[in-house]
Amino acid sequence: MPEHKELERIASQVRRDVLRMVHGAKGGHPGGALGCAELFVLLYFKVMKHNPAKFSMDGIGEDIFILSNGHISAGLYSTLARAGYFPVKELGTHRKINSRLQGHPTPHAHLEGVRIASGSLGQGLSVGIGAAQAKKLNNDNTNVYVLMGDGEQQEGQVWEAAMYAAHHKVDNLIAFIDYNGQQIDGPLKEVMDLGDLGLKYKAFGWEVIEVIGHEFGVLDDAILEAKKVKGKPTVVLMKTNMGHGVDFMAGTHKWHGVAPNDEELQRALAQLEETLGDY
Amino acid sequence: MKKYTFTEKKDTRSGFGDAMTELGKTNPNVVALCADLTGSLKLEKFQQLYPERFFQVGIAEANMISIAAGLTIGGKIPFTSTFANFSTGRVYDQIRQSVAYSEKNVKICASHAGLTLGEDGATHQILEDLGLMKMLPGMVVINPCDYNQTKAATKAIADYVGPVYLRFGRPAIPVFTEADQKFEIGKAWMVNEGKDVSIFATGHMVWEAIKAGEILAEKGIDAEIINIHTIKPLDEKAILDSVKKTGCAVSAEEHNILGGLGESIARTLGVNLPTPLEMVGTQDTFGESGTPDQLMEKYGLTANHIVAASLKVIERKRK
Repeated sequence: MPEHKELERIASQVRRDVLRMVHGAKGGHPGGALGCAELFVLLYFKVMKHNPAKFSMDGIGEDIFILSNGHISAGLYSTLARAGYFPVKELGTHRKINSRLQGHPTPHAHLEGVRIASGSLGQGLSVGIGAAQAKKLNNDNTNVYVLMGDGEQQEGQVWEAAMYAAHHKVDNLIAFIDYNGQQIDGPLKEVMDLGDLGLKYKAFGWEVIEVIGHEFGVLDDAILEAKKVKGKPTVVLMKTNMGHGVDFMAGTHKWHGVAPNDEELQRALAQLEETLGDY
Repeated sequence: MKKYTFTEKKDTRSGFGDAMTELGKTNPNVVALCADLTGSLKLEKFQQLYPERFFQVGIAEANMISIAAGLTIGGKIPFTSTFANFSTGRVYDQIRQSVAYSEKNVKICASHAGLTLGEDGATHQILEDLGLMKMLPGMVVINPCDYNQTKAATKAIADYVGPVYLRFGRPAIPVFTEADQKFEIGKAWMVNEGKDVSIFATGHMVWEAIKAGEILAEKGIDAEIINIHTIKPLDEKAILDSVKKTGCAVSAEEHNILGGLGESIARTLGVNLPTPLEMVGTQDTFGESGTPDQLMEKYGLTANHIVAASLKVIERKRK
């Protein structure tokens, strides 16, 4: 098992990839992708049982990850490539014509590691529930992990899914919320306040764990704790910093959907060590 | 005119429900989801016999469609079930992204389609669903004509890999096709060979087309009647072969003339072999409360309307 120090090195490379991908495409969503780098790396390099060398759509016997907030695809793509699903050089095609790395992920592009299309928000939790219930039918004791955005919690379907997962005791599902408090039009509290999000999930019958999303240790412990919960689903509210890892991008909605220019890219990359070699 | 008779009337939704019961036994990967309409969809038996493969989602159709997409990831063959309106318009984006664009093997099964839903009125009588579904890339769209054909179609789509929209209805109508027929997706069924006019009908309108054929025969007109149970992929060859012989066509569907079977036929004819066409369907309008028979009469969806359209198109052909 890789140590957290090693995971940090991988996360640094993922952040570099994300910045170079959105810069190269002159567009994309760096903020959320940077903020979720630790979760992506922890899941794909430590927590999940999976087989990057031989991707199978049905994922039987493997843990499955569903990205519901598809706009942070750059973070997922980098992690998948670094984990060995497809060649890292393909990262340079993100958001460009004829690419398998579409702006938002899709199995339509037949990219290894992607099992569902996302982008139109609010659907991934439901998809994850379906995948988790199929695992139960198959007597497959692996897990399903779903990542959602916090702004995405404003979609009504999320709460249909939340109600269902508790009612049907979908306890092989662990959901994460990238709780950075920012959405495109500004701070969540101003655009559409979620109120006490943890309490809302508790009221829906979920186990709720709140952690800092940038510390591998506590995030890792939270997942271990979530796996022990039986009879109900678990949500991990990850307090994150949108744009984490780059000082001038962190903590603001300004970098939700904007790519850095040449100068900004260099300033950002100077803050992140190239650990695995840029693509 | 070939003689068609029936000994009983049955609802097409029961064809779906009975096929599901059989599929539950023969195909362990088949699972069913329902949004609080188990009785209306005739799924009680499936639920009772295969409780672990039946998922009650409550009144949450968007969630149902996306859960179905997720179930395919584990190799399941999910059949979602609710009324046609809630199966399509209400959940269009979920079908578009989680099912069609994601290329998932989900079967969207929709009952109470069209005016024959009856007294509940226009909120529940969708007349736009065929159009919504046929526009989605990769989506197969099927609208069978009676109990036996619906049963056969339900079993056939379980063996087909890919997203399917299966549309059926509420009222009891004549059972006139063969039990245990083989259902071939995308292959039109020749109901009656004729030479004067081609009548292309789908769903409940196929029986009306047969009655129309009998009335036309009394007038000395030899109508060819073809059951287009699969709106997409459309059996273009059957359509073109028929109009080459007859020189004119009538479409008949319990659906808006905009976006339905008639428009698909018009496209096929326009591109390949321009031919006079009359369309029997609702005229870009919502429905209303009433009995199925009253509604079909008021909105122009009966055998007599098909006869009138046939006479008109034959006249146009002669000009």
